[in-house]
Amino acid sequence: MECQFALTGKGYVIIAADTTAARSIVKMKHDEDKIKALGSHLLMSYSGEPGDTVQFAEYIERNIRLHQIRYLHPLRPSSAASWIRRQLADSLRSQSPYAVNLLIGGYDVATSEPHLYWIDYLGTIAHIPFAAQGYGSYFVLSLLDRYHNPEASLEEGLDTLRRCIAEVEKRLIVALGKFKVKIVDKDGVREIEL
Amino acid sequence: MARRYDSRTTIFSPEGRLYQIEYAMEAISHAGTVLGILAKDGVVLAAEKRVTGKLLDLSGAKEGGYGGSGEKIFLLNSNVIGGVAGLTADANSLVNYARTAAQRHLFSYNEDIPVEQLAQRLCDMKQGYTQYGGLRPFGVSLLYAGYDVHHQFQLYHSDPSGNYSGWKATCIGANNGTAQSLLKQEYKDEITVAEAVGLAVRVMGKTMDSTTLGSEKLEFAVLTLDANTKQPHAKIYKPAEVDALLSEQGLAKKEEDTEMKTA
Repeated sequence: MECQFALTGKGYVIIAADTTAARSIVKMKHDEDKIKALGSHLLMSYSGEPGDTVQFAEYIERNIRLHQIRYLHPLRPSSAASWIRRQLADSLRSQSPYAVNLLIGGYDVATSEPHLYWIDYLGTIAHIPFAAQGYGSYFVLSLLDRYHNPEASLEEGLDTLRRCIAEVEKRLIVALGKFKVKIVDKDGVREIEL
Repeated sequence: MARRYDSRTTIFSPEGRLYQIEYAMEAISHAGTVLGILAKDGVVLAAEKRVTGKLLDLSGAKEGGYGGSGEKIFLLNSNVIGGVAGLTADANSLVNYARTAAQRHLFSYNEDIPVEQLAQRLCDMKQGYTQYGGLRPFGVSLLYAGYDVHHQFQLYHSDPSGNYSGWKATCIGANNGTAQSLLKQEYKDEITVAEAVGLAVRVMGKTMDSTTLGSEKLEFAVLTLDANTKQPHAKIYKPAEVDALLSEQGLAKKEEDTEMKTA
C-alpha cells in the first residue's frame, strides 16, 4: 500500500513518499522516512519487501558515499542511477533477489539539470519527467499527465504535488497519513513542509 | 650487496628499497621516448618508435593505430589515449587491462571512465605486483591523455611502482630528462593544441636519435573536444598524416639521395 511519486521542474526534483510502516492490519509507525539522501545532490525513495528495502537502500547509500570519498567528485545522477540499476539487475539473477522499487531524483551540477529515474525490482529503468511507484500511481500519473510542467517554478511544482496527495488521500482505500516531501536543486537536498 | 634482496620483488632491501621496481624503471629508460603536453583545448602525445626496418609489414598500420595496435600509442577508451614506454609485451598486457577496466566502468555507470580513475585502476594493479604474488613488476611507464566532465583535459603518468601523478607536460623513456627540461622552458599555461603540437614535434626532433623525423619513427595523437557534439574526440595520426604534420612544421625528412647507378 506504499505510495511514492516525484516530479521535475525548473532546476529541481521533488520526491514525496508516504510515512506509514504497516504489517497486515497493524500500522506500526506513522513517521517512517523512506527517502534517502545518497549524496549532496541525489535523493532516492524506496518501497517494496520490508527488510529488503532498508538493506538495499543502506547498501546503496554507503557505496555511493565510498565512491565520493575515493574519487573526490560525486557521481552524477545518470551514472548513479545506472550503477544502482546494475545492482538490482545482478540481484535479480542471484539466489535471493532484492524486491525493491526506487525513485531516484538528482541535480547534475555539471549541466545544471534535474534528472528523475524510475527503477523497479527487475532492474527496469526509465528516465522521465515525473513518476510514481505503488498503488498511488493509478491516481497520480493521470493527474501529472494533465498538470505537470517541466519548466514550472518550485511553487507551481509544489501545488501540483499537493493536488496529487489530495487525490491519493481521497481515493486510496488505505489512509496513508502524512507524506514526507524532499527536494533536490542546485543548493542540495532538503526537506519541505507542504 | 643488493644481489641477495633483489631476486624477490616482495621484500625490501636493508636500505629500504625495492630493487625490482628500480630495475624496471631502468629498463624503461632505454625505451623509445613518449611525451605528453596538456593544452587548454586538448592533449597531445608524441612517441618515438623503435621497431623499424624495411622488412616490417606495416600494411595494417596504413589506417593508423586507431583503436588497434600501434607500437607506442593506443586508444584506451573513447575519452583516453595511452602512450607506453618499456617492455612491449608488458605494455600490451596493461593496455588490454586498461581497455577492459574502461568498459567495466561503462557497463556499471553508463559513462566514460574518468581519466584519473583509469590511471588509479592500473596503478592499483601494478602496486599489487610489488607487494604479493612473487611476480616481477610491469616494466612499463604510461602516459594517459584524456578528457572527462569533472576535470576536463588531463595528463597523467604512471610507473612500475604503481605511483601516478598529473602533469601539464611530461616525458618518459629515453632522453626524458632532456625533453623534460626543454618542455619546462617552453611550456606556457594557456598553450593551445596547435601550439602544443608544434612544441611536441620540436622537442621530439631534439631528443630522438634519428636526425630527421618521419612517420616510420614517430607516432602522434591528439585528444580534443568535438565542437558540435561536445564529446571527446581521440585522433591517432595515420602515417601519412604524421608526414603531413611534419611538413607543416618544417621538419620533414629530406629527399633521399639518389643511388648511384651501377654500370
